Amino acid sequence: MLSNIGCIRIMNAETKETAKSAHWKARKKKVLPGDEIADDVTLMRGHGTYVDSDSKLISSVAGHVCRINKLISVLPLKTRYNGEIGDIVVGRIVEVQSQQKRWKVDTNSRLDSILLLSSVNLPGGELRRKTTEDELMMRSFFAEGDLISAEVQSVFSDGSLSLHTRSLKYGKLGQGVLIRVSPSLIERRKTHTHNLPCGVHIILGNNGFIWICPQIDEGTESGGFAVNLDPVSFSDRETIARLRNCIMLLARQKMMLYDTSISYCYDISTEYQAS
Amino acid sequence: MARIELFSDEGFRCDGRRPHELRKMSCRLGTFEQADGSSYVEMGNTRVLATVYGPRETKSNRSRLLFDRAIINCEYSLATFSTPERRRKPRGDFRSIEITNNLKEVYESAILTELYPYSQIDIFLQVLQSDGSNYSACINAATLAIINAGIPIKDIVCACSAGIINDTPMVDLSYIEESMGSNAMLTVALLPKEKQILSMESSGRIHLEAMDSLVDTAINGCMDVNNIMKGTVLNYVME
Repeated sequence: MLSNIGCIRIMNAETKETAKSAHWKARKKKVLPGDEIADDVTLMRGHGTYVDSDSKLISSVAGHVCRINKLISVLPLKTRYNGEIGDIVVGRIVEVQSQQKRWKVDTNSRLDSILLLSSVNLPGGELRRKTTEDELMMRSFFAEGDLISAEVQSVFSDGSLSLHTRSLKYGKLGQGVLIRVSPSLIERRKTHTHNLPCGVHIILGNNGFIWICPQIDEGTESGGFAVNLDPVSFSDRETIARLRNCIMLLARQKMMLYDTSISYCYDISTEYQAS
Repeated sequence: MARIELFSDEGFRCDGRRPHELRKMSCRLGTFEQADGSSYVEMGNTRVLATVYGPRETKSNRSRLLFDRAIINCEYSLATFSTPERRRKPRGDFRSIEITNNLKEVYESAILTELYPYSQIDIFLQVLQSDGSNYSACINAATLAIINAGIPIKDIVCACSAGIINDTPMVDLSYIEESMGSNAMLTVALLPKEKQILSMESSGRIHLEAMDSLVDTAINGCMDVNNIMKGTVLNYVME
């Protein structure tokens, strides 16, 4: 059933593509490494391309061509996460560096991201000064292995990301399920955190990490460090597990993930009993 | 004892191929979930698994990381059960180290490493069954795994071996041909679009006059391999 829907949508995409013919301006043109994209020198080269000795634009990855005005880039199907400012990410703390007042976070990016002590909200108000005691207490805020949600604050020159959690929306994640998918499957939208109608809260990290947890009531967001460890009811856990399977299915069919697609998939899946 | 006839008067090799014919080649992308890229390549009875991790930050050899490009780390291992006689250890012998170093050099020039400073790209190759031309099968598998991982590479790097048996150059040698007949063998890895040779490795003695035809045979083999690989990648992209 689910895969049928996938097929229909993919077929639609393909018929559209053939309608637009094989002209290189067609948005979803597929290329392989070494394929020539264009030899127009006025175009700007983006990610996934390089210029060869004859100043032709050549693709360096297998994927589809994406053109925005003069900028041509090739988006691969599967890749590491390339962070952009303002992205919402879910990551795992891998290192606490008290000396440098920072945490190292694994965000599926090619270098570990950095979360500075100065860019987290500590308990006790936004405008509190960070003292040396806070430095010593860093591990009690976030320890190795903790999952956090955060926003990309800036990108360093070497490509690593600087994160911040200076909002009540971000912070440590408590009980729930983490799913890892390819970052290119997450559709960029205005919001990436949703309370789905099925009664589950979901964070679609731009980096391909998806967090599903029981619904949080408005206004009581923890905003940091307190983690709710109350037992989760069986029905909630069942919903979360079903939603996880739905997302895994969509990801396997290479379907874009956003709140509507996930909700639809969930609704269809309710016809089937979990065994 | 009767020797196996490697090349018959009718123009057939011992497994029924013509001199310029490849063995049956099949490949698959994305065999593993957790790796960034993976592939499985069969060239005749030679079977290779490749996995690629990265570009990523490493904990172990941070001092080796370069500020202007990524470093490439290769590991080639020949499974203990892959050869007719069981092997003691899968890696560490002279031949494995040689192949590892060659692979590293091939991919350092083919991958656009300057895009990824302070990172490392790991390529792991595991030969599950060895039936000749391991090195070329490994290059083909590694290329597919790199493409699967979305790492920028100049072209679909492909490789093929060639050897001379009874004064005839032939492509894609099997284990029997490699071990018995041929005293000269050549493996070429190239960027097919520009026909630029990335690596050329030979064993045995090759007469200078035979060299040109042998290189041409190997390049033609590479182009055939490239067509098969292109088809596989195209299928993968169209999914």
